[in-house]
Amino acid sequence: MADTRTTGFPGVEQTVLGADEIIINMGPQHPSTHGVLRVKLRLDGERIVDSECVIGYLHRGVEKIAEHRSYQQFAPYVDRMDYVAAVSNGLGYCEAVEKLLGAEAPMRAKVVRTILTELQRISSHLLWLGTHAIDIGALTPLFYCLREREEILKIFEKYCGARLTTHAFRIGGLQYDTYDGFEAEVKRFCLDFGHRVDEYEQLLTENRIWIARTKGVGVLTAADAIDMGATGPVLRGSGVKWDIRKAMPYAAYEKYEFEIPTGKNGDTYDRYLVRMEEMRQSNRICLQAVEDIPAGPIMGKVGKVLKPPVGEVYHSIEAPKGELGYYIVSDGTTQPYRVRIRPPSFINLEALDKMIKGHLVADVVAIIGTLDIVLGEVDR
Amino acid sequence: MPLDNDLVKRFKARFGDKIHEAWTDRKQSILVVNAASLVEISEYSRDDESFDYLVDLTAVDWPKREKRFDVVLNLYSFQKNERLRLKAYVGEGEGCLSVTGVWSTANWLEREAYDMFGIVFEGHPNLKRILLPDEWQGHPLRKDYDILTQDTAWVRENLGIESGQ
Repeated sequence: MADTRTTGFPGVEQTVLGADEIIINMGPQHPSTHGVLRVKLRLDGERIVDSECVIGYLHRGVEKIAEHRSYQQFAPYVDRMDYVAAVSNGLGYCEAVEKLLGAEAPMRAKVVRTILTELQRISSHLLWLGTHAIDIGALTPLFYCLREREEILKIFEKYCGARLTTHAFRIGGLQYDTYDGFEAEVKRFCLDFGHRVDEYEQLLTENRIWIARTKGVGVLTAADAIDMGATGPVLRGSGVKWDIRKAMPYAAYEKYEFEIPTGKNGDTYDRYLVRMEEMRQSNRICLQAVEDIPAGPIMGKVGKVLKPPVGEVYHSIEAPKGELGYYIVSDGTTQPYRVRIRPPSFINLEALDKMIKGHLVADVVAIIGTLDIVLGEVDR
Repeated sequence: MPLDNDLVKRFKARFGDKIHEAWTDRKQSILVVNAASLVEISEYSRDDESFDYLVDLTAVDWPKREKRFDVVLNLYSFQKNERLRLKAYVGEGEGCLSVTGVWSTANWLEREAYDMFGIVFEGHPNLKRILLPDEWQGHPLRKDYDILTQDTAWVRENLGIESGQ
């Protein structure tokens, strides 16, 4: 908050408020902030004049921990950042270390990774949809979203034994091959899921209350989105057709056909449409991939002790929330010298102040929802 | 591997010896630039070379080096579909110029680098801690900050316990 003046007492500052203005705290214990986010709002009546995010309540020092673990030991920690999309975090980390080593995972591993990561994107978007809708007052979608998400988590559980913090991939490939019936189960889910998305859309897309609450709310122009570093559906909702899966393909994405949906107005409604279409496209990728999983080894040639040559690498993937990047510096030992994680939620959240200015308090809830943040990743 | 492509030549033609080094590592381009010229080089990168998206800004600590910090800017150009990494070496107690005027994203990223490394970004509109509490002493991602270190006074005062471990 900008307008502060000293009171004459050393160290005591006072915010200058207008006659009708008040400051309220939203969070850190507020259900619609999706975790421990605190937003200080300066209000004129119901309208937001100024705001400030206070974060760090969930800070665990993940980057510091990385410097004291071997490359393999650090892998499970990344699952705990964006804990609703652990598979994506793991994929980014494993690929970054592989790049640092100059190793590559075999094709079979890449395809299985692609399938699981796309299922994870669907499950992350489903959780977003359910909670975003419930924040705005539509209670029904959550039940359906969690029902479908459960099917995906069951596949994860069967594959690696865990539902949320999966640690599904290993540096160099996979620890486990697919279980018997994996292809059939993924296929059954995907064939069913296509029309499920249509059903969610029937509940919301033309719903008058939904439109009133989301259209024109939290507009972010394309130029602003780029300037603020927003990525993922937030950037695409503003009309920038950019997706790392297409721009700089990784895993096995080059092999599959899919579209990048974009919005026009950069408002909450467009970001909703973008994510809905992304679920369909992820579904499409899974269907293509599961038809033809190549045979072969699942683990590439990496040693048991990993000592990447001195140097550094930046590798990023398109996580459900946006660009998830790992910048790793190696000093030639078994432990990374520095691991920097570029968290999409953290940087997307930075745009919040700009997006809520001039809106009502109730819209803040909608805009936090549309940014799809996970505080585990914001605070790391 | 030393890098001398057209991009580096254009940077060198424009900024001369303010571009200290250029090399590639795992096929990724890295430019080491003069810390005092960081803002003009950033503006040039954004406007003339279309690196309009600041992906990430962070730091790396090398305590034994004369200027101990690398300030690392990861840039991306939508137009060229290309990445570029700018680095500036900053010593202990020296300020680094803030690039918040060039990319708004830098606001929080610089606050995080200040929080974790204690690098002061000159010209930043609101340079204060972002992840740790405002009164916390010490900067955890420095190499001389042991992993078990904590601000015991803060922990005692605010949490009412002797140790967070």
